[in-house]
Amino acid sequence: MTEPVIVAREMVKHFKAGRGTVRAVDGLSLEVGRGEMYGLIGPDGAGKSTTTRVILGLLTRTGGESSVLGFDSMRDMYAIRERAGYIAQQFSLPPTLTVMENMQFFAGVHGVSAAQQRQRIPELLAFAGLADFTRRPAGRLSGGMKKKLALACSLIHEPPVVMLDEPTLGVDPVSRREFWSLLGDLQTEKGLTILVCTPYMDEAERCTKIGLIYGGRLIAEGTPAAIKALVPGRVLEVTPADSLAARRILGGLAGVREVQTYGDKLHVVVADVEAGKRQMMEALKAARLAHDDIREIEVRMEEAFISLVRRQAAEAREGRAA
Amino acid sequence: MALNVQRLGALIRKETIQLLRDRRYVGLTLTLSFIQLILYASAATQTVYHLPMVVLDQSRDARSRALVQALFNSQYFDVALEVQSPAEVQQAIEQGRAKMGLEIPPRFATQLDQHTAEVLVLLDGSDSAAVRSGYSAVGLVLQNFSAQLVAKTLQRSSVKPGALPITASAQVLYNPDLIDVWFIVPGIIGMILQTLTIEQAAISMVREREQGTLEQVLATPVRQIELTLAKLTPLMLLSLVVFWIAVGVGVFWFGVPFRGSLLLYLGLSVVYVVGCLGLGLFIATRATTQLEAQSLSLVFLLFGMLLSGFFYPRDSMPLIPQLIGDLVPLTYFVRISRSVFLKGVGLQFFWTDALTLVIYTVVVILVASKRFKMRLD
Repeated sequence: MTEPVIVAREMVKHFKAGRGTVRAVDGLSLEVGRGEMYGLIGPDGAGKSTTTRVILGLLTRTGGESSVLGFDSMRDMYAIRERAGYIAQQFSLPPTLTVMENMQFFAGVHGVSAAQQRQRIPELLAFAGLADFTRRPAGRLSGGMKKKLALACSLIHEPPVVMLDEPTLGVDPVSRREFWSLLGDLQTEKGLTILVCTPYMDEAERCTKIGLIYGGRLIAEGTPAAIKALVPGRVLEVTPADSLAARRILGGLAGVREVQTYGDKLHVVVADVEAGKRQMMEALKAARLAHDDIREIEVRMEEAFISLVRRQAAEAREGRAA
Repeated sequence: MALNVQRLGALIRKETIQLLRDRRYVGLTLTLSFIQLILYASAATQTVYHLPMVVLDQSRDARSRALVQALFNSQYFDVALEVQSPAEVQQAIEQGRAKMGLEIPPRFATQLDQHTAEVLVLLDGSDSAAVRSGYSAVGLVLQNFSAQLVAKTLQRSSVKPGALPITASAQVLYNPDLIDVWFIVPGIIGMILQTLTIEQAAISMVREREQGTLEQVLATPVRQIELTLAKLTPLMLLSLVVFWIAVGVGVFWFGVPFRGSLLLYLGLSVVYVVGCLGLGLFIATRATTQLEAQSLSLVFLLFGMLLSGFFYPRDSMPLIPQLIGDLVPLTYFVRISRSVFLKGVGLQFFWTDALTLVIYTVVVILVASKRFKMRLD
């Protein structure tokens, strides 16, 4: 792997809550190499934001190690802040400042010289599609534009590392795609190292490497392909008339490893495609449940993710029962 | 400690823009401050004139009429109505038709000659202003009346009137006419400055935390001292502007004399304002929501209004309120303010207050900085 830029080793973060402690991050280790895009995927409350904040030094690390570009998160907090760009999850740029004033503010606090500002700010604004909105107060931008402005502001000092916490949350699909293509361009053109937390599975596909985080720990890590290969079998999709009933029936079949629900569709994980298809059709016919064609679909991050999380939860239950 | 001027400049610029565009603050608070100044100074006199008086004159002779006239001439009392029985006097006060009742016994003139005259004065105790004014006014008028009578008697007996054993003449220094406005305006300037600064400093800090803008700023290389200075500077400048306007209004509109050193006053006001701002920042480290910050600020503002000596004299307060008043910077500023305006004395006369203010300011800023962490937890 290329030289590691972001490193976490057995990182621990505890919060005091009421009379007990919440183990938000419980021994997490990861490495992001130069020029890589690392996606931290996980459900709400899994510890994605906390991990990012501890690595940046915005929260006090309880245990373990973490560093960016060789600078320790606790000791060299300011060194990291000088060299990293960051978009917070509940990020908010000062709403009464205009787009231009926001850019100038972040440029100023990052020590970007006036000459450099004159060159970079128009570039970044054009890049982000905000060139026509320089005088609009940030609070009056649309959701998508706000995020793009945040991205521009986080890059004004040309940092080698960028950490993004759910940067496209609440943004429409078109803007999301634009945002990610911007990010991709930056990665290739400038060799930017990116750590991004996202709950959107399709965005995870674009990453060089993915870490699945659950309960404060990484339960799986690897390239998107490697993660998808962790699904125990192939995936068949069917749209039954009554998905609840169908789910019960199919879940009990011998050749079926797992059933996942997606709206009115069911994704069924089977070992063998042909045998599985036959089994399912027979079972559904016996129960007189109508359904459309059963067909194999490509494994997506969604399936992998849900499968892994379920396994993790099951193991946890067994562990407690034992 | 690395203080970078460019970073500080960017921060100050941001804070100033945000302050100026916060219409609610600029419009409302500033207007309120000036309404405070004008209203308090104009309306808040502590002496009440023309108290409505109900008279029960059971004597109805020349001397009893003279007494009533004397009370009226003093400007403190107006004859609201005349009644025929003590019960009616009580009634009049109860019903609020009068604030003071005067009962003159029958054969008043005769009693006067025998030096045994007693009149009964009733005051409406539910109205403290009436009581305070009325009580001392009545005493004064009656004393004068007696003295005049004695003088007349002595004259008739051809004894020189100056044979009274003691004559006291009281001279009020600095404010000889006891003009209330002169007494109140110096204190109001302090009140306006504290209203402007404490709450706003607290709220602006907490609002950043609530809105989430603080996290984004913390992720930059700004240092704690830069953040603190940037928060203070625009408010400081605004306070200075208000300061000059307030002093101007006080001197030129209300006619309060300014006898001391303007430079010294300006310097101490700056210390005072920084102290108030520091107090606001300290409050921000303890409050988690804007509402909390507002409430805590209000507590200090109220303590300032009631316990600083601005409105009510501190000397008559029991120990605990006095000690609480000692915690509010306004207390010291009021004394300094009055000394500079009315006494016109130099620093050597109120240096304890000045020193306390300086120490207070330094301590509060240090404590606020210590408590403010450059992390989210």
